[in-house]
Amino acid sequence: MKTTTKQKIAFAILFLCTVIVVLPVLFVLAVVIKNGWPAINWEFLTTMPRNNMKAGGIYPAIMGTIYLVSLSTLFSLPIGLFAAIYLNEYAEENMLTRLIRLAIVNLAGVSSVVYGLFGLVMFVTFLKFGVSILSGALTLAIMNLPVIITASVEALASVPYSFREVSRSLGASRWQTIRHSVLPFAIPGILTGAILSLARAAGETAPILFTVAAFYLPNLPHSVFDQAMALPYHLYIISTQIPGIPQQMRYATALVLVGIVFSMNIFAVIIRSKFRKKKKW
Amino acid sequence: MKLRKIIEFIIEKLIFLCGVASILFVILIFAFLLKEGISFFKEVSFGKFIGGRYWYPISEPPQFGILPLILGSLLVTLGAIIVSVPLSIAAAFYISEVAPIKMKDILKAGIEMLAAIPSVVLGFIGMVTLVPWIKKAFHLPTGLTAFSGSIMLGLMAMPTIISISEDAINAVPKSYKEGALALGATRWQAMYRVVIHAAMPGIIAATMLGIGRVIGETMAVMMITGNAAVIPHTFLQPVRTLTATIAAEMGETVHGSMHYYSLFAIGIILFVITFIINFTADIFLHRNRK
Amino acid sequence: MVNPVHPAPVHRCGVHGVPEIIINKVVMKELDIWYGKIHALKSLNMNIFKNEILGIIGPANSGKTSFLRQLNRLNDLELNYKAIGEVLLDDKDIQSINPEVLRRRVGMIFALPQVLPISIYDNIAYGPRMHGTKDRKRLDAIVEETLNASFLWDEVKDRLLESATKLSGGQQQRLCISRTLALDPEIILFDEPCSGLDPISTAKVEESMLKLKEKCTIVLVTNNTKQAARVSDRTAFFLMGELIEIDTTEKIFTAPSDKRTEGYILGKFG
Repeated sequence: MKTTTKQKIAFAILFLCTVIVVLPVLFVLAVVIKNGWPAINWEFLTTMPRNNMKAGGIYPAIMGTIYLVSLSTLFSLPIGLFAAIYLNEYAEENMLTRLIRLAIVNLAGVSSVVYGLFGLVMFVTFLKFGVSILSGALTLAIMNLPVIITASVEALASVPYSFREVSRSLGASRWQTIRHSVLPFAIPGILTGAILSLARAAGETAPILFTVAAFYLPNLPHSVFDQAMALPYHLYIISTQIPGIPQQMRYATALVLVGIVFSMNIFAVIIRSKFRKKKKW
Repeated sequence: MKLRKIIEFIIEKLIFLCGVASILFVILIFAFLLKEGISFFKEVSFGKFIGGRYWYPISEPPQFGILPLILGSLLVTLGAIIVSVPLSIAAAFYISEVAPIKMKDILKAGIEMLAAIPSVVLGFIGMVTLVPWIKKAFHLPTGLTAFSGSIMLGLMAMPTIISISEDAINAVPKSYKEGALALGATRWQAMYRVVIHAAMPGIIAATMLGIGRVIGETMAVMMITGNAAVIPHTFLQPVRTLTATIAAEMGETVHGSMHYYSLFAIGIILFVITFIINFTADIFLHRNRK
Repeated sequence: MVNPVHPAPVHRCGVHGVPEIIINKVVMKELDIWYGKIHALKSLNMNIFKNEILGIIGPANSGKTSFLRQLNRLNDLELNYKAIGEVLLDDKDIQSINPEVLRRRVGMIFALPQVLPISIYDNIAYGPRMHGTKDRKRLDAIVEETLNASFLWDEVKDRLLESATKLSGGQQQRLCISRTLALDPEIILFDEPCSGLDPISTAKVEESMLKLKEKCTIVLVTNNTKQAARVSDRTAFFLMGELIEIDTTEKIFTAPSDKRTEGYILGKFG
């Protein structure tokens, strides 16, 4: 066989493999939209569940997820950003820095259910926060830290070194330089990373299983020390734990969750591409 | 001016603290797992725990053998790797070496989307589509099998493997490829004779990180593998993984019971496994960079 | 090597007008610079006079830029950097001066115009703001004054709030000069400031240098020997980390005392 023909066949196979990888995304979307969309209406999104969750809406689950994700970002974003600043702007190549890198890689690899265990002992039991939004949010925050750090380091590193040099040559201190000549230009990248990590936190189930999630609550939580329902956990229990839930409601819940996560992702991608176009250095 | 200096001093100390926070969190996680898990190992020997063939944590007397769970995790992981590695490497090559720019962007976005689908949603979709199909196709009593889990987990491992392999392929010096092309090789020949060898450490690291992701995965496996804690013999039977055991049973244990502590002991095992995997993968990645 | 520390007073009457009264602005004593294992500058002894333009010429890797970055301690930012010896600014060791204060007194213009992607106004106000000037009127005055000094005011006065990246290369470089002037420096270091510019822009930059000399001391590192000949009062020739010769520009270009200097200049002139 001619080598060019071989190449054509090989490339076709590679292409096919790639399609097989991407296709499930469309499949998942198609399935949840087709089966879930008819059940989605204003009532479904804004009312409490009724009749042992067989009717009514998923309002408290949506709100619970929003509370959890916002609170966890409140913890993880500042710590993650500062950690990234340390790694990219201050750290020298020494043992400590290598240890930090190793720790980040490791945090990224820890199983989500192990985070759940950790959150249970550390926040629920040891710090006595109880099974609460606070415990769940802190657990999610630590879990998200590596994502935010990695994205922020990348964003900081993409700011040209010359900006720092110019700023320092004008007599600015190290922190002034970071604050005025590095951070402003890294913000879009950091934001993208933060939103992606938020999306991930919104979809996580295992870390909140033992730290916050409630099967059913008649009221919305009043403070961060209350339990809360959450979308991914709700989807889990209505699809595995309670028989007799109308199938459509399960699809609709999945659709809402996927909708939230995907729209956040798309938002992040838009910010990123806008920024790339605007970038002038 | 003095005030500014003081504020800067505080900020820089804070930056340092946040910098080392990751180390602190890793230590905290391990310490707290150990704190709870250690009580378990006082009662049950490590060998009996790892090698025990029966996981009956609430019978009388209880049996805490996690061999079936370990084998369940391994089987599902093995299946997921068989499903995902060839496809992922092929896709990584296609995206970084063959696809036109526009196509590349679309495919990358698609893979990012795949990574973004929450595990519980994939589990649910698997339950309602894949599981019935497998039951029918193989004439099984249940479609909740290791095989179903492998396919879903394979999907979840792909984005990790693809993106890291792609980085590795992109990091191969252009001169290697150009050298091959200058000798009259086709692009395909240059790829499988030269580029893949140069990118190999990165691809191995990618595969390892994919394995790490699969072993740690919880929700989807719990929903579609059937959760039977028996030593598996084929892919087409229900299995139970380490992660699913923790997730499914923690809610029902009495705080402070042996059963409760045993789940932390499983957590320690998981933590150590993922630590080793990530550590090794990182070594491979660094070697690649040099 | 001619003795660079005590140049003969006759050198004063060059065509470019070496200042009437010679005051040593900077004195370097036995200065050595290393980057890791690279010995970038070797036991340098040299003076810079107040209100002169000192041209530094030499081939690539001759230590010119290392020398320049020593004067505002920008070398401090490099990894594995080490220096021994003394650099005295107005008889005071620069190592004993807070680098932030030092860099305010010793400004720098980089090879490529390094404007920050913020407005023209903010670029110039950057330095003063970092040193605590917040008063808008004061900043307005600084912006106008410094843009005038680099002959840029008329070209940009109507678009001060537009991004500086929209300016042409030559305009950007003159903006960088204004930005440095905004701190009212005593010394300005030019690191091959015209390497990316067309002849007209180059002429404008050189024009502003000659005007700046009245107020400050200028050190000009250049790859372009003609430029050194045009603007500098004295010229120093560096080769492989060593100062080969320093003298009035006229002397260096007409009767250099070292063969290597002659070779370099002739080579450059073809």
